[in-house]
Amino acid sequence: MKPFTYALAEAPGDAVHQAERGARFLGGGTNLVDLMRLGVETPDLLVDVTRLDLDRIEPAGEGGLLIGAGVRNSDLAADPRVRRDYPVLSQALLSGASGQLRNQATAGGNLLQRTRCVYFQDVTKPCNKRRPGSGCPARTGAHRDLAILGASEHCVATHPSDFAVALAALDARLHVKSPTGDRRVPVTELYRAPGEDPSRDTVLEPTDLITGIELPAPGEVTRTSLYRKARDRASYAFALVSVAAGLDRAPDGTVREVRVAIGSVAHKPWRARRAETALAGRPATPEEFRRAAGVELDAADPLPDNAFKVKLAENMIVEALTRLAAS
Amino acid sequence: MTPVGAPVVRDEALEKVTGAAKYAYEYGSGEQTAYAWIVTSTVARGRVMSVGADHVLTADDVIAVLWHENAPRLGDVGDPVVAVLQDGDVHYRGQVVALVVAKTPEAAREAAARLPVEYEELSHDVVLTPDHETLYKPAQVNPSFETDTRQGDPDGALEASPVTVDHTYTTVALHNNPMEPHASTALWHDDGTLTLWDSNQGGHPVRETIAGLFEVEPGAVRVVNAHVGGGFGSKGTPRPNVVLAVMAARVTGRPVKLAVTRQQMFSLVGYRTPTIQRIRLGAEADGRLNAIVHEVVEQTATVKEFAEQTAVATRKIYAAPHRRTSHRLARLDVPVPSWMRAPGECPGFYAFESAMDELAHDLGMDPVELRVRNEPEVDPETGNPFSSRNLVACLREGAARFGWEPGPRTPRSRQEGRWLIGTGVAASFYPTYEAPATATASTDGNGHYTVAINATDIGTGARTALRQLAAEALDLPLERVSIRIGDSELPPAGLAGGSMGTRSWGWAVTKACAQLLSSGSPEVTVNTADDIEALGQYSRGAYGAQFVEVRVDVDTGELRVPRMTGIFAAGRIVNARTARSQIVGGMTMGLSMALHEEGVMDAAFGDYANHDLAGYHVASCADVGSIDVGWIEEDDEHLGGARTKGIGEIGIVGTAAAVANAVFDATGVRVRELPIQAQHVLS
Repeated sequence: MKPFTYALAEAPGDAVHQAERGARFLGGGTNLVDLMRLGVETPDLLVDVTRLDLDRIEPAGEGGLLIGAGVRNSDLAADPRVRRDYPVLSQALLSGASGQLRNQATAGGNLLQRTRCVYFQDVTKPCNKRRPGSGCPARTGAHRDLAILGASEHCVATHPSDFAVALAALDARLHVKSPTGDRRVPVTELYRAPGEDPSRDTVLEPTDLITGIELPAPGEVTRTSLYRKARDRASYAFALVSVAAGLDRAPDGTVREVRVAIGSVAHKPWRARRAETALAGRPATPEEFRRAAGVELDAADPLPDNAFKVKLAENMIVEALTRLAAS
Repeated sequence: MTPVGAPVVRDEALEKVTGAAKYAYEYGSGEQTAYAWIVTSTVARGRVMSVGADHVLTADDVIAVLWHENAPRLGDVGDPVVAVLQDGDVHYRGQVVALVVAKTPEAAREAAARLPVEYEELSHDVVLTPDHETLYKPAQVNPSFETDTRQGDPDGALEASPVTVDHTYTTVALHNNPMEPHASTALWHDDGTLTLWDSNQGGHPVRETIAGLFEVEPGAVRVVNAHVGGGFGSKGTPRPNVVLAVMAARVTGRPVKLAVTRQQMFSLVGYRTPTIQRIRLGAEADGRLNAIVHEVVEQTATVKEFAEQTAVATRKIYAAPHRRTSHRLARLDVPVPSWMRAPGECPGFYAFESAMDELAHDLGMDPVELRVRNEPEVDPETGNPFSSRNLVACLREGAARFGWEPGPRTPRSRQEGRWLIGTGVAASFYPTYEAPATATASTDGNGHYTVAINATDIGTGARTALRQLAAEALDLPLERVSIRIGDSELPPAGLAGGSMGTRSWGWAVTKACAQLLSSGSPEVTVNTADDIEALGQYSRGAYGAQFVEVRVDVDTGELRVPRMTGIFAAGRIVNARTARSQIVGGMTMGLSMALHEEGVMDAAFGDYANHDLAGYHVASCADVGSIDVGWIEEDDEHLGGARTKGIGEIGIVGTAAAVANAVFDATGVRVRELPIQAQHVLS
């Protein structure tokens, strides 16, 4: 492992001022430290942000909830308010990683974990995300787990977080502190499409610190919500495809509000806005759900070994919404 | 009062769960200790042209960089796998090309990562195909079976059979990943002797190999392996790690520790070859087999041949007058394949017992009855009588305990909510082997007895089983018997491999104890070579029947196994607790093979692309439902020794076929490749 300097930040402002180009914030470290061992991440400086007093879940303005960036995944999943008002979020967290990792990982760090594409993780091979311009061997190599939507010829990586998929469906916003001030970033706008430059995962600068995640006030569409993750083994596996969904029906059984986000299909949690639009005001039936899923997945452009994800995603959207409609 | 068969808690349980048990990497610590880190090739074929040692030797903590131009010359022991750093040729991606030694593991790792290695790169070929141009017939298959066999006229019999099955099954590369990766600590003493703490499945072979490589007397090398965190075959022969640790200790004059990283495990310690297996069966309408043909294509490495005996078990399992088996190898630029739990029997039975299920389906027969109907009276290959064979009893008992519904299967006929449900069955077989061993039994004169033998407990509970056998032979309570194992200073014994460890060692242990009692002397040493030589001409093997329930999610194709039942017949069971653990472990590994494990070969780079336990899936706890294990009581007078058969491997054989057969029953989809995943059954 490359030698590095370690600094313990005492306050969020202190953390962003200590950070500089080439620095990384250290939260739970469950992904960063692995990547440092592999030589994928080579920070000169680690700024430890676990003592910033950001480990609380508090009421936010207008009835929402503010989750400190340092809250551990297990604690967040177990929070009674989260379980009651945003079940999709609790379920997403509990489907991620393993119990040990959830005890260690933080909310902020979860959002900033890197892709598990095997080429990204192996410094002896090219990867445009790790070394821009070096190429993308995944397209013709091991890509069963990789993207079917919004990818580019330069990168077919997927974002691995389950949590982020649920947050995208919930219209959550990040509270971000930087040396020049504070701002808020919707989770749906946090992640970049790979395009020409897949090396940057998000719109954040290296000195930007996520201090919290704000959930809007709960409503029927967040209370009637679920997270469904399909995976090769029952635990400790990234999703083949996941779906975060919420549904609010009018008394006549039509769709009043619907949220759908899909995970493990793109460089980002994929908010299925076309499907949502297709469903607005329509009857909440499996036939309508399948039609809407088809509208969304028309844009899919899979590779040979991940073509099954298109059908899988379609089935999962239908199943998730059908289940919500029946609840 | 005999403790044999009792579920005795393993002797070292407390040490293991408290962390007090010391493993190979945990010895020899001190200020002088150095840490070695392996550098592996990044090309699949070619030659190392230069290693920029000077580039990293400038770092304070780096002590040495070894590569083929400066590494000590080694003696020839006839195994290219351990002839590390002797020339610049690169035979596969992930081969050892250099070794960095430093004062800390972190410094060694960083220097290894920064070490410049220049290659002359040549084109490579790493993909196994059924008609690969390099296919050849090896002289024999592991360890010394005939490559091809033929009885009668299989082609004519197939032609004449009213019902035939002809299908090809494929399996992927499977990688041994014991909890404890390969690790070694080496310390040369001033008198020219060597102490080696090494994680292996047999200390004496390591001693012989190291003595040969470093040209010292075997007696100058002491190998200690008191606790070993698993092996599955990968630690059955010495690997590069132990040689490199010894080499680094000699060059630096320090104690040296070396651990293989999880990523390096995928190229350096052997793996199960991928296979392509064509099975043809010809049967009468009543299910009796006329013909069995099993043709295998698999891979080996350019640097060393390993020929897995994939079709060998097929020769012995069912009656059929006409039969043929064959093995062909493609010589590829890949890491060296080797032993993995039930080598040959495991992938072979996946294919063969799947084909039997297909035959049962085509015949409209209960797959249990099909197997019973083809029960042979004598070993179908040799004509030798069976010493004992209770496959039918296992099938009957298993069917009863599992709740098997008799009759032909009706695929896709059961659904509960989202889940399609199916059940499958397969037979298991593993041969009973034994190797000569030496043991010493002694008494302190105050009623306490000690048995010493260089056996290796790789986590199976062998230590405890041997103590039970000794106590039985001495007719004493367990408390009055001690066992010493895991040290090459002790009397030599064979490998913990081939399911023959406890059987072979137990034979020597009981013999030594019996002679101690009869001789009246305070110490006796015995060897079993003559006893084994005197064994009669019987066909000896362990048998089993596996029953599996599979559930398949109709929307996602996710596959889950809520319950499995395995009934086995394996001679006397010495310890009901550790035996159960062995079989549950074997069945779990078979489940993992059926649904999860897959070495993904990257054709462009020539390595297995998924090389950690996040990317290479083994079954997690949540994947393993209820596993019901039982055995048929056998007292087989033709086994010799303590009348035991091996149980280390029988549990995995047949499991994957039972899962695949259950998947067919659940979904109506016959998947003829492993692992079976969502994309195969998604509808």
